[in-house]
Parts: sequence; C-alpha cells; structure tokens
Amino acid sequence: MQTTLNKLTSGQQGVVVGVTGDGKIRRRLFDMGITPGATVLLRKVAPLGDPIEVTLRGYELSLRKGEAANVTVEV
Amino acid sequence: MKIALAGNPNCGKTTLFNALTGSTAHVGNWPGVTVDKREGTYKKKGVKINVVDLPGIYSLSPYTPEEIVSRKYILDEKPDLVVNLVDVTNLERNLYLTTQILELDVPVVIALNMCDVIKKEKREVDVKRLETLFGVPVVKVSALKGTGLDELMRTVAENATKKRSGFSVIGCGRLAKTYAEAKELYEGEGADNVAFRAVKAIEKDAEEAKVNPIVANAVKMRLDENEDYEAAVADERYRYIAENAQDVIRGSREKTYKISKSDRIDRVLTHRIWGIPIFLLIMFAVFHLTFSEDFLYLGAMKAIPEAANPTVWNDIFGNGAINAPGTILFKLMELGTGKLGSLVSDAMPEGTWYTSMVTDGILGGVFSVLSFIPQILFLFLFLSILEDSGYMARVAFIMDRAFRKFGLSGKSFLPLLMCFGCAVPGIMATRTIESEKERRLTIMITPFFSCGAKLPIWACIGSVLLAGAYKDLIVYGVYVLGIVVAIASALILKKLVIKGETSAFIMELPEYRRPQFTNTMAHLWQKLKHYLFRAATIIAGATVVIWFLTNFSFSFRFVEDQGDSILGVVSKAFQWLFVPLGFGMGEDGWKFVVAAFSGLIAKEMVVSVMGMFAGMSEDVLEVDQSQLLSTGFGSFVAGMAGGVPAALAFMAFNLLSVPCMAAVGAASGEFSKKKYLWGAIAYWMLTAYVVSALVFWIGTYWWISLILVGVIAAAVVVKVLYSKYGKKAVKRAIEKKAD
Repeated sequence: MQTTLNKLTSGQQGVVVGVTGDGKIRRRLFDMGITPGATVLLRKVAPLGDPIEVTLRGYELSLRKGEAANVTVEV
Repeated sequence: MKIALAGNPNCGKTTLFNALTGSTAHVGNWPGVTVDKREGTYKKKGVKINVVDLPGIYSLSPYTPEEIVSRKYILDEKPDLVVNLVDVTNLERNLYLTTQILELDVPVVIALNMCDVIKKEKREVDVKRLETLFGVPVVKVSALKGTGLDELMRTVAENATKKRSGFSVIGCGRLAKTYAEAKELYEGEGADNVAFRAVKAIEKDAEEAKVNPIVANAVKMRLDENEDYEAAVADERYRYIAENAQDVIRGSREKTYKISKSDRIDRVLTHRIWGIPIFLLIMFAVFHLTFSEDFLYLGAMKAIPEAANPTVWNDIFGNGAINAPGTILFKLMELGTGKLGSLVSDAMPEGTWYTSMVTDGILGGVFSVLSFIPQILFLFLFLSILEDSGYMARVAFIMDRAFRKFGLSGKSFLPLLMCFGCAVPGIMATRTIESEKERRLTIMITPFFSCGAKLPIWACIGSVLLAGAYKDLIVYGVYVLGIVVAIASALILKKLVIKGETSAFIMELPEYRRPQFTNTMAHLWQKLKHYLFRAATIIAGATVVIWFLTNFSFSFRFVEDQGDSILGVVSKAFQWLFVPLGFGMGEDGWKFVVAAFSGLIAKEMVVSVMGMFAGMSEDVLEVDQSQLLSTGFGSFVAGMAGGVPAALAFMAFNLLSVPCMAAVGAASGEFSKKKYLWGAIAYWMLTAYVVSALVFWIGTYWWISLILVGVIAAAVVVKVLYSKYGKKAVKRAIEKKAD
C-alpha cells in the first residue's frame, strides 16, 4: 500500500517510492538520503505532534510533517 | 601549502581542526553571509601547512549558504588539497558528500574518524577497500584522541603536489552515457573541473548555469524532458555507496544499534509528556547557576545564617544565602573593577575634566565591556555542553511546532529565552539558526524580552508608583507586554519585511555524546574572542562618546549640571517629541528624556540618572526598595506631569527601545549587512515609541482602547469579508469593465 511519510505511525517502516515538492526542499531530502529505495522507519513524533523523527541509512533525521508529506512510501 | 577540511556537520571536523592547528586558529566571517570561516596553521617537524575549516555540509548543492561557500572556496580559491573527514559510524551519508568532493580536480585525502567507536562494537573498517573504491588515500584518525594526525598530515604533504582529475560515480551507473556526453561538451570548451561541472549541468544546477551558461545549456538541451535528473543523480550516488561500500565495515550492525545508549537517553529526553518539562527544568538550572543570588534556595530555606556585619566576602559569596557561581564571578568582576576605578580616581586630582574622562569615560567603557564577560562565559559554557552533547538538536525538535506559528523555528527558542537573562549572549546564540531570514527575525525581537539589567527599572518605579501597592503586578505586566510585543512583531515582520516561507526543518539528530572538555573550552574561547572583537569596540567607543555628551556643553566646556550638557540640551530640544508619550510632559519632562536616552547605552544607567535628577545623594540601586517611596526618587516619579500613565509609558519605552550598546554591538556581528542593523535599530525605536504612546493614551483615556478594539475588529471583518466575497466581486467588476 502506498502512503506518505507523514502518515506512518510510530514504529512503522516503509520504502521510499518518490519525492515531490519544490526544488530546495526536495534536494535537501535527497541529500539527507531520502531517495527512492531507501528504507525509512518512523521513530517518534515530537511532544507537540510535529515534527517527526525517522531512522534511515543508520542515522536519525528530523523533519516536519509538511515536508514528510512530499515523500511517498510503500508500506 | 594550503589545505581545506570538508565534511558533514557533527563528524568531528571542529575537533580535528583544533587538534591540527592548536591555538593558531582564528575565526572570521565569510563575506556577505554569517557563516564561520576558520583558519589555522599546522606546524610540525619543519612542515607548515595552512588549514581552512570549511562549514559542515551534507552536499555541494546550491541551496544553503554553507554549501555555496564551501563549493566556491574549493573551485575559486583552489586549495592544494581537500581533507574529507568521514564519520565511519554514519558511513553511508558521509560518503554521499565524498562522491561529490571527488568530482573536483583537487587532490583528496579521506580521513576516517570514530574508528575507535567501531572497534568497540567489535567491528572493523576496511581501509584498503575504500582506497580502491575511490582511488584516493584513506587514513584512520581519532580527532578526539589526536591519533593518526601525523600520518594524515604526512599523506597530505605527499599528495598535495600530485595532480588529480575529478572522478564521478555517475559515470558508473545508468546515467553513464548522459554523463560521458556532458563531460565531452565541457572538455571541448577547455573547462576546469569537468567531472563536477558535467554532473552539475545534468542536475540543472542554478549556480553552474550562471558560471558556464552556454555549455550548461547545451547539456540541458540533450537531456530527456521527462526524466527527473536531480533525483536520479542523488539516487545514483547512494546506490553506488550501498552496492560498493556495504562491506567496508565488517561485523553486524543491527545488534549493537538496537540497544544503543543514545536511544535510551533519547527516549527520556524527548518523551511525549516529560520532554518539555525536562527541557524547562534544564533551562531553569542554567539560569539558576548563572544569575541566582540564592543558590539552591539555601537562603529561602533559612539554612544559612545572616552575618550581622556583612563583609566584602558576604557581598561576593552571598549573605544569608549563597550566590550561584555565575553571580560570584560577576561580583568578583564588579569588586575588581570598582577597586581599580577608585584606585585610579584617588591618584588623580578631584573634579577635573580629565579625571572624569579617565574614570567615567575610558575606564567606564572598559568596565562595561568586562561586566558582560561572566554572563557570556557561563551561559555559553552550558550552551556548548548542551550543543556538544547533541541535546540542542532535540530542543529544536521539541519546540519547533510552537514556534513555527510565528515564522520562527525551534532553534529560535533558546536564544530568545537567554534574552530574559541578557540580550548579548542571546543575540550571539542566534548563530545556530541556519536560515538567514529566521536569524534576522529572531534578532529583531530579542530586545523585547526583559533582561536582567532592566529589572531594577521595573522594581524601582514599581515600588514607588501608586505607593508601591501594585509592584508585583507592574513588574509582571512589563514582562507580559514584552512577550506580547515580541509575538506581534514576529507576525508583522514576517508578513511585511522578512517575507518568505518558513525555512525547511530537515535536520539530523546526532547521537548523544559526552561533551569533551577541550572542545568546550575551545568553543568558549571562540565566543569570548568573538564578543571582545566585535562588541567590545562598539561598547567601549559608545561609552566614551556618551560620557562626553553628558559631561560637556556645546561649547566643549566641562559642566556640573547634566541639564547643561550636550545630551541635556538635546533632550530639552527634543522634549516635545516625547510629550505624546506622557513622560515628556511638564517642566521636568526633559529629565525623563535624558534617562530614557541614557538607557539606549545601558539600561543600568536609567535608574541612576533618575536618582541624580531626583537629588538623591546615593545610588538608587543601593537603597532598600521598601524605603524608596519616602526618598526624593519617590516624589520625583510621583511628580510626573503625565501621572501614572506617563510612568507606565516610560517603562514601556525602556522595555522596547534599543536595549544597550552591547546588544547593538552583538547584533552588528550577526547581521550580514549593515543596513539590517540600522533597520533593526529603527524598528526598535519605532515600536518603543508607538507602544509607549498607546500605553499613555489608553492609560489616560481608557475609552481609547475601545476605539482600538473597534478598529482591529473592523479590519478583521473587512479582511474576512474580502477573502469571502471581495475577490469574486472585484473579478466581476473587472469582467464588466472588459465587456
């Protein structure tokens, strides 16, 4: 099933299918390793409900839900 | 010989730089952007190598100032060699940058950091495999322990003279053909760094299109319109690393990863419920250690007897309570400068202008610079410990949501919080905010947070206003007013001046690490140096100028009465300007104007100046506040022509106007352009004037608040109606006209 990264629940894992969004944010996501084929695990959500913390490529990355909505993942 | 250090943020680059260059490092700014540039020299066995520390980056994309600066440095300044520091505990993402650096025609040496951590986990790094993979020398180092540095520098010296042409992993994958064609086009033009430029042209990189418009466009013409090349290139890099570098680290990863200590710490510190309370507690501890005069509340608990005859030691370490370490240092500094000042003034003839110049002017300037050092040292000691440990990134993570509403990010929170203590370290701490716009916005609202030096103004006026009955309410109200104005300012500035969407918040959360003593000290020393060079000149200079303005008349004669001084005469001339604010009214109005003007230099001076005009023989701050009502100060404030509203307006003006010359000095170090500094000063003065006037007028005629509410309500209604019906109506009207 395909969904977006911001819709995963804590502990859920997905594989990146595609990244949309405007140039700057998109490139930043690529540079941080969110490229098609990367496995992403949603680790936790911040106390106020946003941003989220994900594990990918062996490290922890934090991003806002709005940015994560650009990332399509296959669960 | 000149080499550059490049690597991801948080990979130990600063530690390596410090270990290599020792005390020779000096910090500067890259022109036009507030990004630290640091240079130093490595000296050993007759070898002398200049080392430039490039800002930490993840990529050589054209989007962040750090990346543009690094890229331009390597391309234009042409260092003899680039040392790429790679954190092996995070190999995949670190090598992503490596694949980009290797595309440049510059000799590269890869330095592998944190190999000891890998070893502890019973894993091993295959250096030979990496060397054959990328075709450049690889050296294991430990930046922290300083091991492998000599071997690294030997390898650097050997390779710096060898020519090397760029190599791109893009040439190996499914974009190989596109890449080869692009490279050929660049070679035909005789360009340098062909591998790098070819890949950038394929990515449709904006910077490259500017540098080589013709070739870049030729490459672009050959590209497939439906293909997303930026994604493909990033993908190719990670694919290459995943396929080839998988076996560089031998040993299982999963097992050690799952139970990492960092994880366990994080589970507590960013807990869904406890995360925010824990953070507030840590911040409270930092403030308590820096500013408190009742450390651990031993005084409040009556655990310490009060001395019958307080000595100088009681002043330093506390009486009936223990001072916090920061306060002790502050008092020591005060004692030292005080003693020095009286020593000098005793040695000089009394009452002459040059005695005054030396003691009040020059020494006053130097001492006011020194007086900020204890606060800066302490706040930055804790700040750099929190930063080095990895907690700061989590603070931004926790607080981001709350701050985004005002156009700020979680990273603004800490600098702003520090401004309740002192705006100088607060403004200096904005350096951690990556986005230039957000940093500007944050600095613009810093003075609205009531700092420690302003508190005596609220306390003193509060204890004499309305017979001191509402002191607590008045002090509390001032703090709230500051916060409200700050929030409103952020919203307004965001809409009108510093436009643009809130910057991205895509940020690595580094593993928790124990802060290293030498690193913390180096960080502290840099901050102190930064303060001394940037702010101190402005503070010291301004104090001397102000001394002159308050002690000399227009005919350059030394005056006894400040009313005859240049500042006094100017204040009298501009008194009318402050009549709408209430405190400029009446015969004595100009005295309050002088007090407010002196507050622009340092808020500590406001109450003292008022005391002087009130004919007090001792400093107002020395008088017990409960006694203040019966002194000249009490009748001075009570005698204001504008009454209580004028006194409140006077406080509002002091709260919101330029905080002090030290803060202006700090801000000038953080703004990338001079015009931003003037803009900020103008904004602070304007806000102070407008809000202060509102306070006075509403205080005098309460029904004005109704008009204000009415106007705001009307504006909101108009806006809502317009967005609902207006656009359509306007459109219809335009269409009608067209018909």
